Amino acid sequence: MRLKVNGRDHEVSPIREDTPLLWVLRDHLGLVGTKFGCGIAQCGACTVLLDGTPVYACQLPASALEGRDITTIEGLAGADGTLHLVQQAWIDHDVPQCGYCQAGQMLRAAALLAQNPSPSVDQVDAALAPSLCRCGTYNRIRSATLDAAAALASDATAGAAAVTGGDHA
Amino acid sequence: MRDSNRPLIGKLDRRSFLRLTGLAGGGLMLGVTAGCSENDPPPPAFTADGKPAFQPNAYIQISEDGIVIYAPSPEIGQGVKTSLPMIAAEELDAAWDDVTVVQAPIDPERFPRQVAGGSTSIPGLWMPMRQAGAVARDMLVSAAALRWEVDAGEVETRDSMAVHRPTGRTLSYRELASAAAQLPVPDPDDVPLQSPDQWTLIGKRIGGVDNRPLVTGAPLFGIDKQLPDMVHASFVKCPAAGGRVKSANLDVVKRQPGVIDAFVVKGTGVPTELLDGVAIIARDTWCAFKAREVLEVDWDESTAAADSWQAAQDRARELAGGNGPEEVVDKGNVEKALEAAATRVEGFYQYAFVSHAQLEPQNTTGWFHDGKLELWAPTQTPQSALELVARVLDLDPADVTIHQMRAGGGFGRRLMNDYVVEAAAIAMRVDGPVKLTWKREDDMAHDFYRAGGFHALRAGLDADGRVTAWDNHFISFTHDGEEPVRGGGHDGNIDPGPFVRNYRITQTLLPWQVPTGYWRAPGSNVIAFAHQGFLHELSTAAGRDHLAFMLELLGKSRWLDEGSQWALHTGRAAGVIRKAAEAAGWGRDLPEGHGLGLAFYFSHAGHVAEVAEVSVGPNRRVDVHRVTVAADVGPIVNLSGAENQVKGSVIDGLSAMLGQRVTFESGRAQELNFHQYPLLRIPRAPEVDVHFIQSDYPPTGLGEPALPPLAPAVANAIFAATGERVRRMPLTAAGFS
Repeated sequence: MRLKVNGRDHEVSPIREDTPLLWVLRDHLGLVGTKFGCGIAQCGACTVLLDGTPVYACQLPASALEGRDITTIEGLAGADGTLHLVQQAWIDHDVPQCGYCQAGQMLRAAALLAQNPSPSVDQVDAALAPSLCRCGTYNRIRSATLDAAAALASDATAGAAAVTGGDHA
Repeated sequence: MRDSNRPLIGKLDRRSFLRLTGLAGGGLMLGVTAGCSENDPPPPAFTADGKPAFQPNAYIQISEDGIVIYAPSPEIGQGVKTSLPMIAAEELDAAWDDVTVVQAPIDPERFPRQVAGGSTSIPGLWMPMRQAGAVARDMLVSAAALRWEVDAGEVETRDSMAVHRPTGRTLSYRELASAAAQLPVPDPDDVPLQSPDQWTLIGKRIGGVDNRPLVTGAPLFGIDKQLPDMVHASFVKCPAAGGRVKSANLDVVKRQPGVIDAFVVKGTGVPTELLDGVAIIARDTWCAFKAREVLEVDWDESTAAADSWQAAQDRARELAGGNGPEEVVDKGNVEKALEAAATRVEGFYQYAFVSHAQLEPQNTTGWFHDGKLELWAPTQTPQSALELVARVLDLDPADVTIHQMRAGGGFGRRLMNDYVVEAAAIAMRVDGPVKLTWKREDDMAHDFYRAGGFHALRAGLDADGRVTAWDNHFISFTHDGEEPVRGGGHDGNIDPGPFVRNYRITQTLLPWQVPTGYWRAPGSNVIAFAHQGFLHELSTAAGRDHLAFMLELLGKSRWLDEGSQWALHTGRAAGVIRKAAEAAGWGRDLPEGHGLGLAFYFSHAGHVAEVAEVSVGPNRRVDVHRVTVAADVGPIVNLSGAENQVKGSVIDGLSAMLGQRVTFESGRAQELNFHQYPLLRIPRAPEVDVHFIQSDYPPTGLGEPALPPLAPAVANAIFAATGERVRRMPLTAAGFS
């Protein structure tokens, strides 16, 4: 089977038919930025974007995803390495502590801003609620997301990057 | 802890043997042996690319390629991979942007202190890191003076450069490295250190050195380790800790798709070492996990835990009326003082077992090849992991290498290395590299839990509302019938012991087999809840303002243990209490239904006070709107990282307090994943307002001390908002939501 991840087609070696996308990414494609946390769609560490929408990679059988657009944290920056506004805001706010959950948090923040470029605090909270942070970085996740939104508003061209998750051409 | 603050670097500099065991996560292996006496130059050193380098001690390496500072301790989210190198860079006078931080190899010979625990990294390595930087700087200054043929006193440093003050000539550290490498290493105690007013880096906001790889999803964590032809393992243990494998249907398991092998691992029966289990080896993690569904193990549970949390609670309530058989401290005459008291107050406090629930499940990658075992482990105690693996598997420690991996949270769980030993035992039987990954359910079923406990508290107040007697019957647990379980002890010297003339703690230890361990701020994280909550009951009974009551209790400004900088100082305590109260607007008019709660706790040498603003809504939903924190841990090394630790501690404390508990029946944990064990989500996270009082005392750690005051601050605020006293954690067990 083939999977389209971060704009690239990947041939996947034989897998169990029920293998969740999470384990195909991690164990077969070497894309380990997507994390395993709970396996039951509770923690959000495995969040990826499926056609731009955040989903739990631990729940979706990869075999059902041929032809779909999958974006992982490795694909959030531009092909030239330019960070997505959300990634830059995460660095500017020094958000991570252990950092394990942050890929999921950033992908949810990026998806939110693509839909709603100027969210309220409550909208940020609602969008990011599925992703647990055991270290408690929520204050900075909030402020970084709002800052990324502000940067988006002040930079129309950056808005395009936020929507597509970068240029993978 | 005082001993650990002594300079250790001198011993390192005079070492006669230097072993470089691979840099930057392995790859190049260099063996360098050099005889070296006190007046010799440092032994020859090389960069990862094999270029000659100036390496006056284990922590600093300068070459024409730049400045490398080795981060000695495990990074588990507490920020030491950034803050410890900052300390050395400050004394080195290196521009931070010029510094490359490299995780140090695990090597007790070169790095005497490679541990993440007890908030000890900053206090334990403050002086060694400073001296490491100062020694290197001193030698670079000497090298510049020799090059310019001037007096070293005319040479100063800034931004990774030596500057000849009279002429303005400069030489970069890179240019000076080879010359400095030829000079004798001075005794660190003879090299002056900078004074705080000279600091240009310490106290600044510096982002984590791994932030860029973290936000781009680069492999950093233990669970991210990949090796060519690596296979994957899952390990199934008895759900009741300590059960042994009698037999298992391995043939059925081996026929599952993707499964390569399945075998029984015999353990030592000691939970901190290696327990019996069945290893399933598969081509990917999913195949290993799925094969567990057909695995049938016949467990011998004759040696397994059979504990019941319900039975323990029932027993504790029966015992609460009396005193415990173990007398921890008995000062004055508590019974007489209680009899004479104008007001007597009683309260029974209890809290459940909790799991560490660090987000990265336990894992380790192992590869046994050429008679040697390599392990990639996200551990808090890599040096003990190495010794433990060698001992349990009967290997020569010299044949075991641990590669320190970033840990996706620790919180005390990874002080134990059971999962490292499991991976090692499995790797010994697999041809090629193998990664062991625990399921979340494995993690929650096989934790070293924070023990639950019970405090039957009694106190007396005199007619003026002063505390005259304090009695605590602490009911906890024991594994061996003698010692309290880890984190279930009582040092007898905690607040408010020193401030109450008649003070007694007795202890009852209930038998308990399920493993227990150290959970962020062990002991303190629960005793603060009971004692600081009960203190508020006393000030309330006395009709006093709690802020004034606490300040009066502390008395005049003094060290409680004169001569120990690691003791409580009542002036520092009062300072943070006043600061938190002031910043939170203690005494101000509050919105309808809101209450403020104040608590202070001293732990891990940190003085921390917190004020929580809380309301309780429909369905008894507890909303914590804001938490104001004041902390005195001496000078702050990295202001950004320090704030992160405080904010994280508060949110972690609230998360645990609200709804976390692991219960046990027949020795089996009943809550096995996050749907049964709720972690706080962002909508309920309060804004945390952090204030540091940067006193001149030596800096102490911040991974833990901001956690204990949170629970009593919230409990006291709930009382202020509703008049209902909270004596039970989690709050969901007390009917809140």
